[in-house]
Amino acid sequence: MNATDLTGLKGQPLPQKTAVQAFFGSTYVSVAIYIIVMGLIIYGSFAGAQNMGYNWQWHRVPQYLYSFTDDGFQLGEIIFGLFATIKLSLTAFVLATVLGLLIALMRLSGLVMGHAVAVGFLELIRNIPLLVLLYLFYYVLGPIFGFDRYWASILTLAVFHAALISEIFRAGINAVDKGQWEAAKSIGMTTGQTYRYIILPQSVRFMLPPMTGEAVHLIKSSAIVSVIAVAELTTIGRNIISDTFMSFEIWFTVAIVYMVVTLILSFGVSYLERRYAVDH
Amino acid sequence: MDKPIIEATHLDKFYGTFHALKDVSLSVHPGEKMVICGPSGSGKSTLIRCFNGLEWHNSGSLVIDGVEVHENSKEMRGLRQEVGMVFQQFNLFPHLTVLENLMIGPMKVRKLPAAKAEETARKYLDRVHIPEQADKYPAQLSGGQQQRVAIARSLCMESRIMLFDEPTSALDPEMINEVLDVMVGLAESGMTMVVVTHEMGFARKVADTMVFMEEGEIVEISPPDQFFTNPSSERCRLFLDQILAH
Repeated sequence: MNATDLTGLKGQPLPQKTAVQAFFGSTYVSVAIYIIVMGLIIYGSFAGAQNMGYNWQWHRVPQYLYSFTDDGFQLGEIIFGLFATIKLSLTAFVLATVLGLLIALMRLSGLVMGHAVAVGFLELIRNIPLLVLLYLFYYVLGPIFGFDRYWASILTLAVFHAALISEIFRAGINAVDKGQWEAAKSIGMTTGQTYRYIILPQSVRFMLPPMTGEAVHLIKSSAIVSVIAVAELTTIGRNIISDTFMSFEIWFTVAIVYMVVTLILSFGVSYLERRYAVDH
Repeated sequence: MDKPIIEATHLDKFYGTFHALKDVSLSVHPGEKMVICGPSGSGKSTLIRCFNGLEWHNSGSLVIDGVEVHENSKEMRGLRQEVGMVFQQFNLFPHLTVLENLMIGPMKVRKLPAAKAEETARKYLDRVHIPEQADKYPAQLSGGQQQRVAIARSLCMESRIMLFDEPTSALDPEMINEVLDVMVGLAESGMTMVVVTHEMGFARKVADTMVFMEEGEIVEISPPDQFFTNPSSERCRLFLDQILAH
C-alpha cells in the first residue's frame, strides 16, 4: 500500500478478531477449559488412588489440627508444627535481612576488601545446594562452634537467604537516583547518615515486592530442616504419617497449610503496598 | 581586597582520557557574585562541583575558606556545610515533606534541636515565598516551587557560599522568574554566589564577575559591563551573539 491510499482509510473500522480468536479469547470459554483440565487432573489422581486400594481416612485428619477434649478447645500437632515453622522462619529472616544489608553495603562500599568479601560470600553460598549447606552447618560447623540442630537450621536458612537478600538490597539502593546522594552530601551528611535518612527509606518501596517473595521462599525452604529432625511443620507431618500411614491426607494437609501461610503473607504485603503507595 | 573564599589555581580534571578542566585558575571573594557561562560540555558544572567536593580535581590546588581541599582531605565534609549547592534537577528528598527536607540537614548534620531547626526552616520558606507549602511532599509542587525549596534547603545550613548548577534549566519558562527573583533577593542580601546559568538578564542584574568557559578552559573573566559590550575574545562574542539573538 502506498502513501496516497491512506487517505481512504480515514474513519474506517479496524479489522475484527476472527471467530476462532473471539471464541478462545472469551472469559467463559477460558474458565470452562480451566475447570475441565483441573477436574481431569484431580479426578485422575483420586481414581488412581482408588485403583491402588488407598484407604482414605480424611475424618482422622482434623484431630491433628484441633480437637475438643474435656479440657476444651485444643490446637493439634500440625498447628504447633506451623508455629515452630513460623518462629524458625522469622528468626532466620531477621538474621538474613541484617546479614544481607551488611553484605550489600560492603559490596557498595567501594573498598576493595569489602567488595571482595561480599562477592566471595555471595558466590560461595549461591553455588552450594541448600541441603549440603544444611549438612555443613549441622555436621561440621555445629560440633566445631557448639550449636545445636535448631541453630544449625536457623543459620543455614539465614546465610542462604542473606545472599539472595543482599542482591535485593543492592538493586534497591542502586534504584535510588544518584542526585539524592549528591544532595545529601552537599548538606554535609556522612555516608552513614545518607543511607539511613535518605537512601534506605526510599529503596524500601523498590524492595518490598522482592523481599516478600524472599520471605515466602524462606518459609518454603525451611521444610528442608526436617532432614535433621528439627521439630517443625514438615517433620511433624512425617511423624504423624509414620504413626498413622495416612500419607496422602497428611501431605495434602501440610501442603495446604504452607500455602495458606504464604498466600496470607503475599496478599497482606501487596495490600500494604497499595495502601501506602506514594506517587513520586 | 579581602582574602578569596574560593581560590582555584591551575586545576586540571580528567574523566579517563577526557580533559574536562584545563589549567583553570580563578578566585571568588566573600560577597562576590560570579556567573559562569559557556556552551554545554565546557566544564562549567564540573568546576563548581569541584567547589563542594562532588568532583575532585586531579592536579592543581583548591583552597576553600583558607583550607586546601583534595580528594583525601578530611575537611571537605565540614566545608560542605559552608558551601550550599542548588542542582538543575532540584534533588529534593521525595519521601520527606518540604519542612522535613529543610530540617533534616540542620538536625542530623548540625545537631540542632527540632524546634530550632523548624524555626530556621520556616524563616527560609518565607524567604523563598512559599510558607504555605511546608507540609506538602515535593512531588505535589511545581518545578519552580521545588527549586525554591531546594534553595531554602541550602540556606537552612546557613551556608556562606551558594553554588547554583543551572538552576533554571529544567524549569518551564513561566517558572524561571520566580526562581530568579529569589536568587536576586539572595544576592542583594550579600551572599557569596557562583552561578552557572544562561540567564543573561539575571547575570547583568547581579553579577560582579562574568566567566566564559569553553572546552574546559576559562576563555574570559571580566566585569559584566565589559563582558556584555566588549568581550576580549572572539569565541565569547560569538557565544553571546547566539544566546542573545532573540
